[in-house]
Amino acid sequence: MESIILFAPLVGAIICGFGWKIIGEVAAQWTATSLLFLAAILSWVVFLTFDPSAHDNGRYSITVMRWIESGTFSTDWGIRMDRLTTIMLIVITTVSALVLMYSFGYMAHDENFKEHESYRPRFFAYLSFFTFAMLMLVTADNLVQLFFGWEGVGVASYLLIGFYYRKPSANAAAIKAFVVNRVGDFGFLLGIFAIYMLTDAIRFDDIFAAVPTIAETTITFLWRDWNAANLIAFLLFVGAMGKSAQLFLHTWLPDAMEGPTPVSALIHAATMVTAGVFLVCRMSPLMEYAPEAMNFVVFLGATTAFFAATVGLVQNDIKRVIAYSTCSQLGYMFVAAGLGVYSVAMFHLLTHAFFKAMLFLGAGSVIHAMHHEQDMRNYGGLRHKIPKTFWMMMIGTLAITGVGIPLLYVGFPIGFAGFVSKDAIIESAYAGTAGGYAFWMLVMAAAMTSFYSWRLMFLTFYGKPRGDKHTHDHAHEAPKSMMIPLYVLAVGAIFSGMVWYGGFFGSNAKVGAFFGVPYAAEESADPEAYPHYNLTGIPGEGAIHAAEGNHVLNDAHEVPTWVRLAPFIAMLGGLALAYQMYIRRPELPAQLAKQQAPLYNFLLNKWYFDELYNFIFVRPTLALGRILWKQGDTNTIDGGINGIALGIIPFFTRLAGRAQSGYVFTYAFAMVLGIAVLITIVTLFGGAN
Amino acid sequence: MGNILTLTTFLPLLGAIILALGLRGDDEAAQRNAKWVALVTTAVTFICSIFILTNFDPANTDFQLVETTEWIFGLQYKMGVDGISILFVMLTTFLMPLVIASCWNVTTRVKEYMIAFLILETLMLGVFLALDLVLFYLFFEAGLIPMFLIIGIWGGKDRIYASFKFFLYTFLGSVLMLVAMVAMFTEAGTTDIPTLMTHSFGTDNFSILGIQIVGGMQTLLWLAFFASFAVKMPMWPVHTWLPDAHVQAPTAGSVVLAAILLKLGGYGFLRFSLPMFPVGSEVMGPLVLWLSAIAIVYTSLVALAQSDMKKLIAYSSVAHMGFVTMGIFSANQQGVDGAIFQMISHGFISGALFLCVGVIYDRMHTREIDAYGGLVNRMPAYALIFLFFTMANVGLPGTSGFIGEFLTLVGVFQVNTWVALFATSGVILSAAYALWLYRRVVLGDLIKESLRSITDMTGRERVIFAPLVVMTLLLGVYPALVLDMIGPSVTALVDNYDTALAAFHAASQTAAN
Repeated sequence: MESIILFAPLVGAIICGFGWKIIGEVAAQWTATSLLFLAAILSWVVFLTFDPSAHDNGRYSITVMRWIESGTFSTDWGIRMDRLTTIMLIVITTVSALVLMYSFGYMAHDENFKEHESYRPRFFAYLSFFTFAMLMLVTADNLVQLFFGWEGVGVASYLLIGFYYRKPSANAAAIKAFVVNRVGDFGFLLGIFAIYMLTDAIRFDDIFAAVPTIAETTITFLWRDWNAANLIAFLLFVGAMGKSAQLFLHTWLPDAMEGPTPVSALIHAATMVTAGVFLVCRMSPLMEYAPEAMNFVVFLGATTAFFAATVGLVQNDIKRVIAYSTCSQLGYMFVAAGLGVYSVAMFHLLTHAFFKAMLFLGAGSVIHAMHHEQDMRNYGGLRHKIPKTFWMMMIGTLAITGVGIPLLYVGFPIGFAGFVSKDAIIESAYAGTAGGYAFWMLVMAAAMTSFYSWRLMFLTFYGKPRGDKHTHDHAHEAPKSMMIPLYVLAVGAIFSGMVWYGGFFGSNAKVGAFFGVPYAAEESADPEAYPHYNLTGIPGEGAIHAAEGNHVLNDAHEVPTWVRLAPFIAMLGGLALAYQMYIRRPELPAQLAKQQAPLYNFLLNKWYFDELYNFIFVRPTLALGRILWKQGDTNTIDGGINGIALGIIPFFTRLAGRAQSGYVFTYAFAMVLGIAVLITIVTLFGGAN
Repeated sequence: MGNILTLTTFLPLLGAIILALGLRGDDEAAQRNAKWVALVTTAVTFICSIFILTNFDPANTDFQLVETTEWIFGLQYKMGVDGISILFVMLTTFLMPLVIASCWNVTTRVKEYMIAFLILETLMLGVFLALDLVLFYLFFEAGLIPMFLIIGIWGGKDRIYASFKFFLYTFLGSVLMLVAMVAMFTEAGTTDIPTLMTHSFGTDNFSILGIQIVGGMQTLLWLAFFASFAVKMPMWPVHTWLPDAHVQAPTAGSVVLAAILLKLGGYGFLRFSLPMFPVGSEVMGPLVLWLSAIAIVYTSLVALAQSDMKKLIAYSSVAHMGFVTMGIFSANQQGVDGAIFQMISHGFISGALFLCVGVIYDRMHTREIDAYGGLVNRMPAYALIFLFFTMANVGLPGTSGFIGEFLTLVGVFQVNTWVALFATSGVILSAAYALWLYRRVVLGDLIKESLRSITDMTGRERVIFAPLVVMTLLLGVYPALVLDMIGPSVTALVDNYDTALAAFHAASQTAAN
């Protein structure tokens, strides 16, 4: 069954991509889509029936085929099934299947292509291929296979961002995405090399078993000695930064919105960009032994959450707002992962997949209604035109901003998915950093999340219609094939938080059982006290690992009440401000932008990262290439060799004169001469032996 | 089957002789016949080489299928194959029919063209199979002559300059290698390569002109061979002949040059430098690692600045060969495995990339990147194949390009993390130049008037690419096909190297005490 889940999308991609001329365009699309629905259904079966306690260490592995074997370096193509894998399976296959279904409607007519051009099978094939690569990534039982999936999704992303291959901006964005990701991969690769050097192993089981040793090893890397666990964890995280668009390597994600909207929903919101979070969780046994690296993860995650939210405040392109929102939410996940509450990171990954995919598909529906207009300044008052889409977007907004009933607990909190999981992260951040930097950054980001999300809603659906009147008149609701995926995702956006609360952020006992990690009650002096549980077990036991002394999951449940209220209040503040600025006094934003021009431009231009990188990296690199070529190759090396040859050795000068005619024969002569010398000597000194 | 190696090696030469003596005239029929004779010859050669493969036992690390006979002047003729050389033989025989098929549209001096390629194949096979120093030198040096002719007669307008430059570079290396061979013969008293591999060349330090030579004789011999092999690889900074040669060479010539001839240097390092001069290799190894790292970064940067498609791919080749030399002189299992894998893989990928350039050069007669743009609109099949090999070239996992790069990096990381760092940055730069090239040539709207009527690949062209696609994918997904074949021999090579070094260090320790 696992193999069917894994290979169904690949088969779909091949049939759809290469066979559509034989079976026809529509049949090809149906083949790809139904194979993905098959994978999705099977994934749910696997997820719901998976019982960690039935397997040793809460996991099992299936070896498919040999892969790279070189001395002690040995990897297979293998499937590793544990709780982390099953969570990712349902996220990936569900969103994929829905997005493919959605694409039937969304991609039906596309003005980027000419009438007779068959772009749809290509689109479906790419998406199916992406799903396959993503599944390879999450089912990998070794780091190299994970890297295969990692690069595979990168290629799929490249192809889909550049799907409108006639648009120069799309082509540029595609290359940018690939190259920036490669910067991350650069760190990832070095991490893999270091792991292999230290452990002679590349399979997760073997690496995890060796983790305690790694933690006590120092490794000489570049100019100094490092603690091996910290170094490796850091290098792997650099890879995660690239894929998950964390600060400094985030610049590709907003540009990736050049791709068709279903792509943004699937790849650049729900699945691929969460691969970095998955990587950190997957490597949790190692991460737990790398405290400094983990501090960095927390710091960077929190900073990204804050940074991306600030930029999201002022963007006008509806997709870019959601893109920065994704970037910001990924920061939340990294904070949780960095604090060692991997279950909470995965929780937010899961809920975020539902509501963010939904927001993107909803935005797609708006864009579809508005004839590919993406600037929110030209929207307005759309709730009457497209009420179903409006309500779906409303659910998504309620979910992402974290609406729920604070402090109420009926075995689980009551609220939208984002409310449950985001609050879990913020509470963990308070508990894990003693109310420090990460906590405050996340609370502020929560306020801004609320602001930009409501701003999006108000600008799009409320107020008076702006922009082209004709477009507004013809705005229409999307076809069923586009609305049904939204309904399904809405269910997830509403309920997924409440339903799975226990497994991800319940007591340690529930989380332990869910992830197959052993747990034990903590001794307490006060027999009346609430029993403290802690995840125990050695690295590699269960899907995630918590080191001894990692009590964040416990402590997060015992934060002061004001901490639990903080995100809710922040959310209300953001909502109130957005309401004030975009409903009550719509002229206010423009005034503010003029008043605070430097700040506004700073945010609008995304903190000038693109300009900065262009100035520091791109242009100098190109210039260096030209200099090395002209000065290095042509002048110095060629000049030098020609100069030495022609200037110093007269023989060559004569040769050069004759080069026009007899160069080959000269060479042949030289060679024959050489052989003659060799033979003579060999013969004179007694033959070959 | 007693002389299958000789048979395989000289079959192409036989074909060339038949062509030279048996075929008259230069009309269309004669041209077609010449092509068919060449194609059949190379195909039969490939079939013969399959018998070599089936009779080869990878677990046996000695030379196999050895043939020895007396030759003129008391020299010996000795051929044999081991895990290091077998796949180079297969690569050569596999690619040559495709190369011949790729020049189906050539119309100038077709017979001579075919003869040149057939002779070239014999000489290249000879290099990989020769087990005698004199024989090796003969094949190694003679192999360049057909290549000169191919560039010099069928090449572009600056062909004379390109081949002269090539000559200038190779000449010094050849002279030094010759001197080294004479020195080796004088010291060891034999030209038999297997015997030389077990011979310990002198390692006593001495000084020349006041310069202390660490590793003594071995280091000098190593340097002499290095001078020759480094040019052939080519390594930075003696690489500048390659872009010019590629630009001037006809498509088929470029394919052979990139796919096979560049591997002669790497093969030489594995056959001579590592096993015969382990101390020299250890002394000079760090230098090679650094030159490789520089090559990877430097040539990738230069590739970014190119406006000629062939030059860009040529520079990319130099970078990829940097991974090879880096892997070899990491001198561990992963490094050497990776280096051999990279050479085989690069044979398919770079060959295919030069063929890709050839496809549109045949149509538009220009290699200028700026002359193209938006080809995907009219050439979807071409766009797909070019994309596939572009991705293979940037080392995408799942293609053979990944395995070699990855293993060499794994190998070098254990030896020198600085070098590993610089070399790994190649993955960023290669993505940049390769995808940028692809974008400028294939993507975008088709706005150039001259490209309006360009046609997609023909059936013949697709047939040529198909085996290359299959191999690139197959080796990427199931690299055991290569690694199983070379593994035991590489293990033996690395073990012998380590043993020799351990003995040397023990001896110098004793001497120091």
